Amino acid sequence: MRNKIKLTSLAVIAIALVIIFLFTDIGNYWEYVVPKRAIKILAIILTGASIAFSTVVFQTITGNRILTPSIIGLDSLYMLIQTFLIFVFGATSGIVMNKNLNFLICVILMVLFAGLLYKFLFKKEGKNIYFLLLVGLVMGTLFQSFSSFMQVIIDPNDFMVIQDRMFASFNNINTDLLTLSIVLLVIVALYFARFVKYLDVLSLGRDEAINLGVDYDYVVKRLLIIVAIMISISTALVGPITFLGLLVANVSYQFLNTYRHSYLITGAVFISIIALVGGLLIVERVFTFSTTLSVIINFIGGVYFIYLLLRGNKA
Amino acid sequence: MDMKKLILVILFIVLSIVSLFIGVKGITPLDLFHLSEEQQDILFISRFPRLISIIIAGISMSICGLIMQQLSRNKFVSPTTAGTMDSARLGILVSLILFSSATMLTKIVIASIFALAGTFLFMKILDNIKFKDAIFIPLVGLMFGNIISSITTFFAYKHDLIQSISAWLQGDFSMVMSGRYEMIYISVPLVIIAYLFANKFTLAGMGEDFSTNLGLNYRLVVNIGLVIVALSTAAVLLTVGTIPFLGLIVPNIVSLYNGDNLKKNLFQTALLGADFLLFCDILGRIIIFPYEIPIGLTVGVIGSAIFLYLLIRRKAYA
Repeated sequence: MRNKIKLTSLAVIAIALVIIFLFTDIGNYWEYVVPKRAIKILAIILTGASIAFSTVVFQTITGNRILTPSIIGLDSLYMLIQTFLIFVFGATSGIVMNKNLNFLICVILMVLFAGLLYKFLFKKEGKNIYFLLLVGLVMGTLFQSFSSFMQVIIDPNDFMVIQDRMFASFNNINTDLLTLSIVLLVIVALYFARFVKYLDVLSLGRDEAINLGVDYDYVVKRLLIIVAIMISISTALVGPITFLGLLVANVSYQFLNTYRHSYLITGAVFISIIALVGGLLIVERVFTFSTTLSVIINFIGGVYFIYLLLRGNKA
Repeated sequence: MDMKKLILVILFIVLSIVSLFIGVKGITPLDLFHLSEEQQDILFISRFPRLISIIIAGISMSICGLIMQQLSRNKFVSPTTAGTMDSARLGILVSLILFSSATMLTKIVIASIFALAGTFLFMKILDNIKFKDAIFIPLVGLMFGNIISSITTFFAYKHDLIQSISAWLQGDFSMVMSGRYEMIYISVPLVIIAYLFANKFTLAGMGEDFSTNLGLNYRLVVNIGLVIVALSTAAVLLTVGTIPFLGLIVPNIVSLYNGDNLKKNLFQTALLGADFLLFCDILGRIIIFPYEIPIGLTVGVIGSAIFLYLLIRRKAYA
């Protein structure tokens, strides 16, 4: 019961922030401003929700609260794809400028990468998920080496475009892209609905879950693929925000203090929206763009993570 | 001297000579006897400093890795996988912001303090983690490094220093010239100290209780080890840049065929580190001759491949 009150208050705060963002400080051109802001808000809700959701699921699968799904190298892969496309075709080419095409290429390659990683490792190992993560992380370093090499020898004008994509941005999202992502995410969410009921049991650990009749490997594989797709979509849409998921998932565990994933996930989604919209308000209206949102969120998330580690949180 | 050592020494000499005579300006070994003034300048201003800094960087980074692995009792800990590099980079940023006209010496002091603090923090985290899976620890370390980097990015972005910071992100020997690389000599006495303390590090690696029992001042030895690691990492970072994975793979390869005695391995680890770095550097210089691929990339690519191999191999034999 108390959790319901907490969730409701989170929802109220989130909605209030959205309204403040949409309708304050608007000037005389509201026909122009409001739709533009609405698109931005939709993108924020979409990415915030999918990052929060996938982090909670990922942490349940790994049984560990200090991991985030983008560490399997998806962020670095995104940067590598962007750098490579700009390096080969130039910053003004269609494949770079055409957001929809670029988005699709990114999503497909990232999902493909995650799928191959899982396929290769699950076939070989099946058990140790940390091994999979470490391999992903090393692949990430490899991607990073390649991208920084290309970034060093690239044309300086083209480099400006790359630097722009290094930080997540909600500013240049068009409606086509948004519709596409919504459709994709809805399909994934519908597929996920079949597995919701397993999450609470999965958090007990592999042995317990199998004991209770869950087809562990089957379910975990599907869930990991869902997580990879969601992270890919949100990264391709706005750019990398590595530590957002970590931050919101852990705040949600502490705030709600329950094991029920229906509460945890909903809570994390609301907290994520609050963090993003609130952060954006601060960045745009208080700091007037002197820093970017993703940098601030990574900073706060990072400090919080060190705090968690030092406290020895269930690691 | 056994075979492996001999091979390493011969390889070392051959690679050093090759490294001296590769470059846009052709100098052949025969020229040594009648050097023109220009050739002399090239040799003494660019080629020799480069060779020396590669050797020192290779030796000190691989020894750092060896010490860290010994002290933390984990094969996958190294300056790159424990946040040391990233902390040192944060230190450089701080010295850039606070003392904009800082000399190399100030930078190196601040960078080492940060590297030391970062490594201590990581060791502290390791103490706190109850679940000590060998694979989980480097995972935490790499995450920890990412976080330190995100803090660096935060301040660098605010002060418009992202570009200056990325200069230290990628190791590059092409900027090494006489007059601006001498800082790396700091590592030489450190390596010697490491050699003198080798047996104590081995003892300390057996755990706090056991080594205290044997009459070792555990804390002191661990602290000396970490100070060596922090100082030499900072020195290499400031003169050359980040060299990923070097401290990780070299000690592992040596202990694969040579066992785990630190004192016995120290010499071979140092040699193999220098050989590996020389090889990567030469490779980077000839692939797109007359241009160069920075060492950070060649070591990054070859290093991650070897690291993955070690990981998978470890699983297969575990």
